[in-house]
Amino acid sequence: MSFWQYTVTRLALTVPMVFILLSAVFVVLRIMPGDVCIVVYGGRGRSEDIQRCQEQLGLNKPLLAQYADYVAGIARLDFGISMRTNKPVLQEILAQVPATLELALAAMVIAVLIGLLTGVGAAVYTDRPLDHGMRLFNVIAFAMPIFWLGLILQIVFAVWLKIFPVGGRLDPITGLSFEPITGLYLIDSLLRADLGLFVKVLQHLALPAITLGLVLSGVVGRISRANMLEVLDKEYVKTARSKGLPEGRVIVHHALRNAMIPIVTVIGLQFALLLGGAILTETVFNWPGLAQYLLRAINARDYPAIQGTVIFITLFISTVNLLVDLFYSRLDPRVRY
Amino acid sequence: MRYIRRNRLLVMGIVIVGAIVGMTILAPWLAPHSPTEALEGQRLLPPSWEHPMGTDNIEQDMLSRVIYGGRVPLLVAFVSALLSLLVGVMLGWVSGYFGGYLDRVLSLCMDAIYSFPSLILAIAIVAMLGPGILNMILAIFLVYIPTYYRVVRGQVLQVREEEFVAAAHSVGASHWRILMRHIAPNTITSVLAIIPFNIADAILTEAGLSYLGLGLSPTLDPNDLAAADWGIDINKGQKFLQGGHWWLITFPGLMIMLVSLGFGLIGEGLNDLLNPRRRQRL
Repeated sequence: MSFWQYTVTRLALTVPMVFILLSAVFVVLRIMPGDVCIVVYGGRGRSEDIQRCQEQLGLNKPLLAQYADYVAGIARLDFGISMRTNKPVLQEILAQVPATLELALAAMVIAVLIGLLTGVGAAVYTDRPLDHGMRLFNVIAFAMPIFWLGLILQIVFAVWLKIFPVGGRLDPITGLSFEPITGLYLIDSLLRADLGLFVKVLQHLALPAITLGLVLSGVVGRISRANMLEVLDKEYVKTARSKGLPEGRVIVHHALRNAMIPIVTVIGLQFALLLGGAILTETVFNWPGLAQYLLRAINARDYPAIQGTVIFITLFISTVNLLVDLFYSRLDPRVRY
Repeated sequence: MRYIRRNRLLVMGIVIVGAIVGMTILAPWLAPHSPTEALEGQRLLPPSWEHPMGTDNIEQDMLSRVIYGGRVPLLVAFVSALLSLLVGVMLGWVSGYFGGYLDRVLSLCMDAIYSFPSLILAIAIVAMLGPGILNMILAIFLVYIPTYYRVVRGQVLQVREEEFVAAAHSVGASHWRILMRHIAPNTITSVLAIIPFNIADAILTEAGLSYLGLGLSPTLDPNDLAAADWGIDINKGQKFLQGGHWWLITFPGLMIMLVSLGFGLIGEGLNDLLNPRRRQRL
């Protein structure tokens, strides 16, 4: 099977997967709570309000027709109109995406740097104090409530030491005059060749990204250690050593390069974990991203916005997983399609 | 037994978890005050001999709240992990053993749930069902079924091909008997090592939900003992952070970390214990 045939097969498998996820979302958000409009209006709403809501959301139709509407809406990328702001939900979501993306990417960079370093270090020095120390670090990172870590960093570095701002993407005054281009503020500030702005953006990004990155680095470290251990056992590593190559070269060129393939894949698949962590990190640091949007929608009982955000995340995760899979098959020529 | 004593991770984990669970159960005898008692004139006091963890904005003793605060998270985590275990393992057995169409559909569903961010799924479920302990258990239970399902199904697929299964078939054993007597026991060890990690994860998810204000009902009577919950206390304490009232969030968060660390250590220890090849390396 060629790469393209594999791509087509993999795509064909993604479609039922997405369908199942979307159906699950339909069950959780539409069927499980009963009548959404009664949920939205908290049971004490006036009957005309509830009726209007039912008509707006199409709840007066039979369930199967609702499901058909739901799927058709998603296919047209029509996520409905927000009940809170009366704007199209998709448009609102897309406005929030860059903030979350910037946070997630920055956190990913930090997680990979720390995770690779600790994981590879632990594997190379198996059973020595360094290994125990790094394993402990990984376990602690796994056990850390991310929002708590964020709050602790916030109180130490923002409230007491005043090195970093408490939250937000920019201070309100700069934020007012700032017009985003891509929405990724780091890139925007560089595009405008404004170094002062770049530093400000970085200062705001630092604490949230470190919080999210530290927690994720535990996962990266654990995977790196396991894969490195496996590779270090291989014959070609022994060969490299017996050739008399310096240990550093053996580890970086012979072992790490081969261990990287599964590591990269697993890191790619951590995007789901990353989004879950982002929802808490965004709350701690008042970061105006997707998670904040979802929580505001929940608090306002803005049903189309809740549903739209969950669907958007579903589609996003499925796409990322698909891309990681395809990337993996390219990266490792040994993968049999 | 020798391994257990030599396995420091496992021992450390058991000690931490044992201490915290014990503290939670014995809360009425250990706590110096009621977690909901307002101590007049003692608002937002920093830690002192009288109040080792300080007091909060409604004059409650934080130490007492921290001691009581584990009840809801631990209850939710244990019950939901037990339910995920039961459902996930059974689905895994059936799916792996019978295979076919059922297996394909179940696997697809489980993979779908597994690939989705568990916290966001739990948030969506709780957001629609409304807050409360039962809804939290339901949400966390549903989210962690695939963790067990995937491991068990994989094991069953392997064990199914073993010769003793073929032998059992040839002497006319029923499907039920083969599944229960020959296949199930061979899948148990791999399940055991997941349980502690699952509980640790469930505790963090409960804490996350509570922190976001989606856990227990916000209208819950503050005099209700269940209102002392580590996640909720962090949510409430957060507002006073800018004033430098660090003790409101530090101690409840430390407890969440310790208890999930304890379960994580037990999981690591069990892994070493159950996986002899790895044990040699460690």
